[in-house]
Amino acid sequence: MPKTKTLVSAFAAILLMAGTASADELAKYDVVDMAIPTSLTGKAGDAAAGEKVFINRKLGNCLACHQVTALKAQPFHGLIGPTLDGVAERYNEGQLRLQVVNAKAINPDTIMPAFYRTEGLHRVLKKFDGKTMLSAEQVEDVVAYLKTLK
Amino acid sequence: MKFFWRDITLAVATLSVAVGVGASSANAADWGPYQVEDRRSGYTYMTDESRAMQVDTFQNPGMLWVEEGADLWTTVDGKAGKSCSTCHGDAAESMKGIGARYPVVDEGMGKLKNVEQQINSCRGKNMEAAPYKWESKEMLSLTSYVNHQSLGLPVSVKVDGAAAPFFEKGKAFYYERRGQLDMSCSQCHEDNAGNMVRANILSEGQINGFPTYRLKWQKPGSTHRRFRGCNKQVRSTPFGYGSDEYVNLELYVKWRGRGLPVETPAVRN
Repeated sequence: MPKTKTLVSAFAAILLMAGTASADELAKYDVVDMAIPTSLTGKAGDAAAGEKVFINRKLGNCLACHQVTALKAQPFHGLIGPTLDGVAERYNEGQLRLQVVNAKAINPDTIMPAFYRTEGLHRVLKKFDGKTMLSAEQVEDVVAYLKTLK
Repeated sequence: MKFFWRDITLAVATLSVAVGVGASSANAADWGPYQVEDRRSGYTYMTDESRAMQVDTFQNPGMLWVEEGADLWTTVDGKAGKSCSTCHGDAAESMKGIGARYPVVDEGMGKLKNVEQQINSCRGKNMEAAPYKWESKEMLSLTSYVNHQSLGLPVSVKVDGAAAPFFEKGKAFYYERRGQLDMSCSQCHEDNAGNMVRANILSEGQINGFPTYRLKWQKPGSTHRRFRGCNKQVRSTPFGYGSDEYVNLELYVKWRGRGLPVETPAVRN
């Protein structure tokens, strides 16, 4: 968490220096051909850290809905979403990133939450309001982990 | 969903054959009164143990609250010196059907009222007694007792006429995404009923057994407690107990279970 705060502060500082009035702390990204081609943090994620975020029930909690054979040591994989076995062969990095950041940009009706979005939400609990489910760094770590699922 | 149930059915059937047990509740295609058309009570999503616990009156822990409610029914309270039974007599007759047809429109209030609100209205106007707090032992007990008088009767709520606008509001709530997880009731309980979320099976979210004894809670809880829990799980600010939003939702969700039997007190995980 301290790392995240530092990152956010750094970002805010840059925005202030640029004379931007907005308090928007979200990393900016471009969607190109239903994908986000570039890293939210400007660097590659850490797959090992991403696996932890992926499993953690208070962070990614991805196994609530998805199945991953490589994680069969973890009990109870949900059956709401598709298996993620081989997901890296079906989608490129940019597509995986958009899927994690905001799956609704791909399928507006999906049940999958947007892990890096704060706008357009309704009645968010106060302690989560204005916050993303994952930090930009955690998104990149999860994307790096997903890239290992071949 | 279909794959999942078929897998379970096959697995149980295979097991039954293997150990020489005949056909039992393993036949998921026949849920008796607990399924009406495509609507299935939460009962059908539970384990055999939970189902056995519910239908055995002596094992069902929710019956302790029903019994407490029976005592309250005849206990004088308030300045008017009345009990419920002073006006309503034998609950087995006077309360029969209430659990199947509430919430109803209260013309004086100009909106819906549910059983809890009717109890407090009676306590105020007729008994001159203080209202019960929502989720208090007394409120859960009396609500359980009142709804239990409709045990086995098919859910049948009025959703047309004066109830129509409230029904529509409840329906809109059901399909509206909310919270940081940005999910609607329908995405779990309509689109994914029967699917596993991690270790838990999603049911249709039927409310024909409330107050329901939840093993997780170790006590019964109201529909509104359950709604609040669901809302918080998707990281959304819940509405208050007895709020118009939840009473409207209660009518809509109850309608979704039309024809299912009143099961109060149901036993659920």
